[in-house]
Amino acid sequence: MKAFTYERPGTVEQAAAAASQPGAKIIAGGTNLLDLMKLQVETPQRLIDVSRLPLDRIEETPEGGLRIGALVRNSDLAAEPRVRRRYGVLSRALLAGASAQLRNKATTAGNLLQRTRCSYFYDITQPCNKRQPGSGCAALGGFNRIHAVLGASSQCIATHPSDMAVAMRALDARIETVSADGRARAIPIEAFHRLPGATPQVETDLQPDEVITSVTLPPPPPGVQIYRKVRDRASYAFALVSVAAVVAVSDGRVRSARMAFGGLAPKPWRVVGAEEGLVDRTAVADSFNAAADAVLEGARGHGGNDFKIPLARRTLCAVLAEITQA
Amino acid sequence: MQMNTPVGPNALDTVKDGWVGKPLDRVDGRLKVTGGATYSYEVLQAPNTAYGYVVQASIGKGRILSLNTRAAERAPGVLYVLTHLNAPPQGEGNHHEAHPVLTGPQVAYFGQPIAFVVAETFEQARAAAYLVEVSYDRQPGNFVLADNLNRARRPQSTGAPADSAVGDFDSAFAAAPVKLDVEYSTPQQAHAMMEPHASLAVWDGENLTLHTANQMLSQGRLAVARTLRIPVKNVRLVSPYIGGGFGAKLWVNADAILAAIAARQLHRPVKTALTRQQVFHVTTHRSDTVQRIRLGTDREGHILAIGHDSYSGNLPSEQSYEAAAMQTRTLYAGPNRLTRHRLAALDIPIASSMRAPGEAVGLLALECAMDELAEKLELDPIELRVRNEPDEDPERHVPYSSRHLVACLREGATRFGWASRHPRHGQVRDGRWLVGMGVAAATRGNPLQPSQATVRLGPDGIATVRMAMTDIGTGTYTILTQIAADMLGLPPDRIRIEIGDTAFPEAAGSGGSFGAASSGSALFDACNRLRGKLAAAAGVDARAARFADGRLQAGGQSRALTDLVGAGGLEADGEIRPGDTEHTFSQQSYGAHFAEVGVDADTGEVRLRRMLGVFAAGRVLNAKTARSQAIGGMVFGIGAALEEGLVLDRRSGAFVNHDLAEYLVPVHADVPAIEAFFLPELDDAANPLKSKGIGELGICGAGAALANAIYNACGARIRDYPITLDKLLPVLPTQS
Ligand SMILES: Cc1cc2nc3c(=O)[nH]c(=O)nc-3n(C[C@H](O)[C@H](O)[C@H](O)COP(=O)(O)OP(=O)(O)OC[C@H]3O[C@@H](n4cnc5c(N)ncnc54)[C@H](O)[C@@H]3O)c2cc1C
Ligand code: SF4
Repeated sequence: MKAFTYERPGTVEQAAAAASQPGAKIIAGGTNLLDLMKLQVETPQRLIDVSRLPLDRIEETPEGGLRIGALVRNSDLAAEPRVRRRYGVLSRALLAGASAQLRNKATTAGNLLQRTRCSYFYDITQPCNKRQPGSGCAALGGFNRIHAVLGASSQCIATHPSDMAVAMRALDARIETVSADGRARAIPIEAFHRLPGATPQVETDLQPDEVITSVTLPPPPPGVQIYRKVRDRASYAFALVSVAAVVAVSDGRVRSARMAFGGLAPKPWRVVGAEEGLVDRTAVADSFNAAADAVLEGARGHGGNDFKIPLARRTLCAVLAEITQA
Repeated sequence: MQMNTPVGPNALDTVKDGWVGKPLDRVDGRLKVTGGATYSYEVLQAPNTAYGYVVQASIGKGRILSLNTRAAERAPGVLYVLTHLNAPPQGEGNHHEAHPVLTGPQVAYFGQPIAFVVAETFEQARAAAYLVEVSYDRQPGNFVLADNLNRARRPQSTGAPADSAVGDFDSAFAAAPVKLDVEYSTPQQAHAMMEPHASLAVWDGENLTLHTANQMLSQGRLAVARTLRIPVKNVRLVSPYIGGGFGAKLWVNADAILAAIAARQLHRPVKTALTRQQVFHVTTHRSDTVQRIRLGTDREGHILAIGHDSYSGNLPSEQSYEAAAMQTRTLYAGPNRLTRHRLAALDIPIASSMRAPGEAVGLLALECAMDELAEKLELDPIELRVRNEPDEDPERHVPYSSRHLVACLREGATRFGWASRHPRHGQVRDGRWLVGMGVAAATRGNPLQPSQATVRLGPDGIATVRMAMTDIGTGTYTILTQIAADMLGLPPDRIRIEIGDTAFPEAAGSGGSFGAASSGSALFDACNRLRGKLAAAAGVDARAARFADGRLQAGGQSRALTDLVGAGGLEADGEIRPGDTEHTFSQQSYGAHFAEVGVDADTGEVRLRRMLGVFAAGRVLNAKTARSQAIGGMVFGIGAALEEGLVLDRRSGAFVNHDLAEYLVPVHADVPAIEAFFLPELDDAANPLKSKGIGELGICGAGAALANAIYNACGARIRDYPITLDKLLPVLPTQS
């Protein structure tokens, strides 16, 4: 860990201004950033602690959705009665993540911005284009069991590890920011995380002088909500594959469907065509498999993670069967 | 005393309503939960203590071409940077005997310490460590065991021979009517104990005091002296509390030697702790194994030929190997037998003992092979084991000191409801879960090590026990308290246990399941001698004396012990040495594991549903700590079956998953209702306590029971551990 200065700005605008300075980095719960600093994967010179800004509330929006403050803790968000009642998929995704201790510290914004768990990214002796652009990608010919089968590039095959973000993707969340000059903007979650392409070090659309203030959820979509996380142990493990699904069925036919995936791609993955294809289909295995075909089109394994392709198919089919038989 | 013959009835047998065996709470429990127990890194030290941080090699094999420490030396707070260029010459030996550090520019394995940065604070040392610039001449390394099997050699072992043969295995196997020939592999594993390795070195003139997390202090003291080339008497190791070890702290590690060298150089105390990530490469791990099991039987399942070949790997300079075929010499009957161990020289960190070295991974193979054989024979797996119960050690032809494997299997079958297991796989479904049950035998060698103790009874009525024993979290303080309490007829709160210091009499330490038996027997002997002195003071025959309620009773008289010890108190030394019973008996502990698992029919996720272990391991010294050891071992078995495995990068020789987010061990949610139960047993050939080791028995065979349950659930026989869902997916039934 390199020496750094520490400041605690009093307002969001001040935080944004401070964050835009060279070498500055925002810290919220610190559960990801501090680990990375100890390993010198991140070497900020200035830490901007936002954790005491008044961004920890959950409010109704006029449209009938919820606005979640950037600093709302993962535990609090999961336990919030309105979230549990109307956005069960989000509550379950949160509770499927990390451990109770981590969830007590982890914040909404920090969770969205957490870095990949690729082991080579965490080890500064290894080549990694995301950490050090141009140095290569150790995962390509190495251990890539947890890596992406969709949306990856020849530069980087890392996944985005969040569970929360997968549910938010299914719910069409918007990420609200404020920049140093006080300008606010809302970024739809599908545009928030970027694919690696030739610049795997750029992970989001967030600008250096922007602070996340909140995440808004539109009114809940109709249907049954499920979050299914497949992992190597019963708790406290990242998703190999996860599915956030909100599906409405009547008279044996799918009426609407949303399906977002974790563990498969550098960002929470969603294929609108697959969802549209399901609508009006009878809720039977053939329809589910057709949806899986559409989701997994172009999926490519890198050796260690080949299994994720059949696993994603089987998990999706199981989730759809569970919803439609409910 | 020396264990030359079975001990017969002794003082412990005659105690009425004694403490030994009771589920006494840990006597150190309060200190632990209130933070009063000081671990090595927490020991108070002089205000001028400096902090060291290890710099590691980032190649798997080669030579350091240049090592530039100038920037590090100029960094804030830095006092000293130790490298191979300025490190003193050190004594050599294998990793049991010595641990020289920074001996030259050669890099023997990834993550090897190549420098040690010492600064005023830990943070300064860590920051400066990243400023050390290194360039290497990389050489190709041999990293992967599977690629080096044909280069493996018979190890030059000092203990039991690496090979054994009885009868004519090859012909008998070839002629056997029913044959099984299977290969299993187990991965490299990390101990992943809670407390990372840490040391504080303090020199006083020529004398070194090393506070260090170490399981076997008396051994460690010799290794430190040999490495630093100083007299043994000048070295003192202190380690009253240890946050787990599982074998990773059996031997002196780099943290201790680096701290000692730097402290001598700086004339200041030096403290260091490995980070969690560093522990994986700087210290030891369990080797991976490739094991071939061959079983030949008649049509009724009687073994005619049993063969077990095991390959493991270690650094070219090391001869210690994973003795995975050892238990196959004693577990089942059969006239024709062959076991062989081979060791491949690999450029990887030191491979060494981890909880139940040998059996833990050997039984993962053997006990699944037995399950496969039972299926071939259409026999119940328990019945197959019963049919192959030997009446003497089948290789050494000596009697078992005690052996209740069949009783454990039968008791477990009843308690677990084994009869409800479907003999065919894939028949039981519970919602999305395919459900199955598995069984496996447990066995672990029962060694005894030389150990000494003193016990002193003061005029205040307090008995103080001293020995260089350790408590690695297992409950040593507590069982020693119980033994002393019963032997001296005192309540536990009158007993003071002082261990964890080589200033006290030499003791075995904690490892290999020998800790409780060895230290407890030395204490038993010391107490017996103290009883003799007390009886003499009372003028009575010790054999007729009873010790209870702080009093000695004999021939109608009753004397308070405090009246007998005099103003200075009375003291006695005791010792235990292994003897002839090692050779005249075959000594093992035994048990049986039962597991029920669910396999997710869609995803292949395996979750344990319930588990039972039934053990027979001599006298149980404390019902609570014994159960904890057994259950802890079973949890290790869950990890071995389902989760644990170091991922070796075959390009660099690095362990890729070197932290606890990626090296998975069971969490609470992986451990449902599990129960351990001990059958009554006394083994008087083992030691005067008539106990056997239980620290490792729980892991032995536990993972195999899960693997067999997975097979019973879904019909997938995965012979490559851990059994993760990616291996099961291809063999799962198609979705309905
Ligand atoms: C062992 C372990 C297991 C885990 N398992 C899981 C899991 O299974 N599933 C899962 O989803 N997650 C998991 N996590 C990750 C965890 O969810 C994240 O670490 C956490 O959500 C990050 O939140 P934080 O507030 O601590 O972020 P910090 O570490 O404080 O910050 C993370 C990033 O967000 C930026 N940031 C924070 N707040 C703002 C803001 N308001 N505006 C702009 N930038 C901001 C920081 O600059 C930093 O780059 C795990 C973590 C660990 C350590
Ligand atoms: S996958 Fe991405 S994060 Fe991992 S090593 Fe390659 S470039 Fe780095």
